[in-house]
Amino acid sequence: MAENLEKVIQEVTARYGKDRTRMMDIVREVQARLGHVSGAAMDLIAREVKSHRVEVEGVVTFYAFYTDRPKGRHVIRVTDCVTARMRHVDEVVAAFEKELGIRVGETTPDGQITLERTSCIGLCDQGPAALIDDVPVTYISSDKVKSLVRVLRETGDAKKLVKTLGEGNNALDLVHSMVINNIRKRGDVIFAPFESGSAIRNAAAVSPAEVIRSVKTARLRGRGGAGFPAGMKGEFARNAAGDRKFLLCNADEGEPGTFKDRVILTEAPDLLFEGMAVAGYAIGATEGILYLRGEYAYLRPYLEHVLEQRRAKKLLGKGIAGKAGFDFDVRIQLGAGAYICGEESGLIRSCEGLRGSPRDRPPFPVERGYLDLPTVVNNVETLCCAARVLEKGAAWFAQIGSEQSSGTKLFSVSGDCRRPGVYELPFGLTVAEFLKEVGGDDAQAVQVGGPSGTCIDRGQFGRKLGFEDLPTGGSMIVIGPQRDILDVAAAFMEFFVEESCGWCAPCRIGNVLIRERLERIRAGKGLPEDLTYLEELCTTVKKTSRCGLGQTSPNPVATTLQNFRKAYEAKLLPARQDGRQPTFDLRAALSEAVRVQGREPVAH
Amino acid sequence: MAKPKVATASLAGCFGCHMSILDIDDRILKLAELVEFHKSPINDIKKFSERCLVGIIEGGCCNEENVHVLQDFRKNCDLLISLGDCATMGGLPAMRNHVPLEECLAEAYLHGPTVHNPAKQIPNDPEIPLILDKVYPLHEVVKIDLHLPGCPPPADAIWEVLVALLNNKPIDLKYGLLRYD
Ligand SMILES: Cc1cc2nc3c(=O)[nH]c(=O)nc-3n(C[C@H](O)[C@H](O)[C@H](O)COP(=O)(O)O)c2cc1C
Ligand code: SF4
Repeated sequence: MAENLEKVIQEVTARYGKDRTRMMDIVREVQARLGHVSGAAMDLIAREVKSHRVEVEGVVTFYAFYTDRPKGRHVIRVTDCVTARMRHVDEVVAAFEKELGIRVGETTPDGQITLERTSCIGLCDQGPAALIDDVPVTYISSDKVKSLVRVLRETGDAKKLVKTLGEGNNALDLVHSMVINNIRKRGDVIFAPFESGSAIRNAAAVSPAEVIRSVKTARLRGRGGAGFPAGMKGEFARNAAGDRKFLLCNADEGEPGTFKDRVILTEAPDLLFEGMAVAGYAIGATEGILYLRGEYAYLRPYLEHVLEQRRAKKLLGKGIAGKAGFDFDVRIQLGAGAYICGEESGLIRSCEGLRGSPRDRPPFPVERGYLDLPTVVNNVETLCCAARVLEKGAAWFAQIGSEQSSGTKLFSVSGDCRRPGVYELPFGLTVAEFLKEVGGDDAQAVQVGGPSGTCIDRGQFGRKLGFEDLPTGGSMIVIGPQRDILDVAAAFMEFFVEESCGWCAPCRIGNVLIRERLERIRAGKGLPEDLTYLEELCTTVKKTSRCGLGQTSPNPVATTLQNFRKAYEAKLLPARQDGRQPTFDLRAALSEAVRVQGREPVAH
Repeated sequence: MAKPKVATASLAGCFGCHMSILDIDDRILKLAELVEFHKSPINDIKKFSERCLVGIIEGGCCNEENVHVLQDFRKNCDLLISLGDCATMGGLPAMRNHVPLEECLAEAYLHGPTVHNPAKQIPNDPEIPLILDKVYPLHEVVKIDLHLPGCPPPADAIWEVLVALLNNKPIDLKYGLLRYD
């Protein structure tokens, strides 16, 4: 066994050139072969790649999908996304617990199956969903649980759970998935037909500076959430000192309610890789990384295949499109279940084989990013837009959408609406128009931009979707009239508590305190001053946290406090005239002493 | 006009905060000119007989008597100040909050390494107030108007707060006076 361990570690580390920056891949593979990454394994990995045990252990324990303790041969991860809660995912979890005879977090006594919960897995429009090993399983109801477990036990192969294939490329042998795309509306930018090479040829015909100028003229802004002007970011990196630069594509897509990048990766990977090549050319990068969230590992074989094809067609590799010096290639880096790796500096750290904790900025990645070299990080959709700008021209792109938000936007729509799925719509439509489109007219609220975004009430449905007014990375969760808005806020707070990287105190502790106080209010034990307390705490956490997670994590509470104050007030206890706290119950606080000491309180 | 009255009490505290009150040194004379001390361990007045402007309380609530005293203060004072870390957060006594009460008593009176208790008796005289399930900070029991942290809060902080209150001025504690140690 010990020898075997040593042999496995040597093989795996050798495959990655004993390069410590490839720690994510090394750990993933060691775990795939041994089931978990033990202390002994960590020591050996550290020795082989000339790192330290603590660095290896840091990685193994940071990522939800890695484990230093043995788990079952199969791991069932049921999503805990708010959209799944809306569809009674708790009943599904209970059914799994009953069927397996274990609780969440435990492994069956025969060592076969472990049951876990996980954050949003990007299947909100077809939930409740779970990942069983790497295989996404959609539309689970409690009565399907029995047969899922039976098939898994009998075949020992999660792929066998896939009975009906999804549409489009989901049905390809290389994907073989029951996931559906649910594309409800195709626009001209992302989901229109695309001829591979058309953007690259146009780019190669002009100078890199002109490519950047086109993107600027198109007024393309980042689609990952922050909306930073893409041309400007490219220019910063282009002008940064040094010869070796990188282009990273952010396909971490972890914001609950977001699943549009999954559909791009499934249906339009050529457009994406074309965009990456064009962007690489523009900024002077020859190396690209696609950071693919671990939840989408099932797409990897297909994406590798597309990359191979593109190399064969000279759309990737050396001398792209026959142009000497136009060199660019892409490797795929798999994530491992950490939302914070979507934050660009966390993503870079993860690519470097470290814990995905964000780092201080400045220096910004365009100056010192991956391996401390100039790096551009762009969202999947942004890069697709860039390809289309080069194919069809900046003017064409700029006339779609609105003044500050040109082009179309992909919306991933879930929650209480009749037509959930992915919509490509021009920027600038109102929330009311949007709701009509998706069949959610009776919504009491819409969560725009996921938990880190804002929760708006009916009075604001006239607002426009776009950077001018209501920005969104794509997540649109429709909240129907039957929902308790505080339940939604609570689910989101749980998400942030879970996903905080823990580096800074305001985020690590503050989010827990916000959740606690919210729970007290939900339990009917809140006091009027708790609302002020929450407001102050939200402001503190937002102002003093280091990265975008902590700076937005109080939003579920802050924005509902603002827009749905009545929902909070309805649950509060009235203040007492005598100044005693209605939540303090002396009898209850003494009951234990009465029991232990066997006498009644001293009368007063 | 009669001088405004101040009352103080120490609940589940160590009297350190009261020592800090006394630490205002000779300013205590000035304070005595400004206010009259009512119910307080400083003068041993046991019962409220008049309404007070300010009640200053050190220590959290660990037993039923603490709760009654605190409620009494709330009833008789216009403003309540929660003084020090035990009052505002539970402090050291709250370390027991993670241990069930039965185990706490057993450790304190039966199994602790320094315990000598041949009769194996846990004190249970009917006169002794019963202990609460855990130690509560004051604001969880009654409404508190001001929290002054510190272990203990610096004498200068106590002085500034009282002077500001008595003169109806906003409280503006300089950096260094607002501290948690
Ligand atoms: C906590 C957190 C999570 C994020 N997750 C993602 C993500 O999943 N995908 C993404 O493209 N951007 C995400 N971002 C934004 C990235 O930091 C970065 O701004 C973006 O990838 C830049 O690409 P763009 O300019 O093309 O939008 C996240 C930011 C934060 C703070
Ligand atoms: S704000 Fe939160 S997620 Fe961001 S660095 Fe701090 S602890 Fe980590």
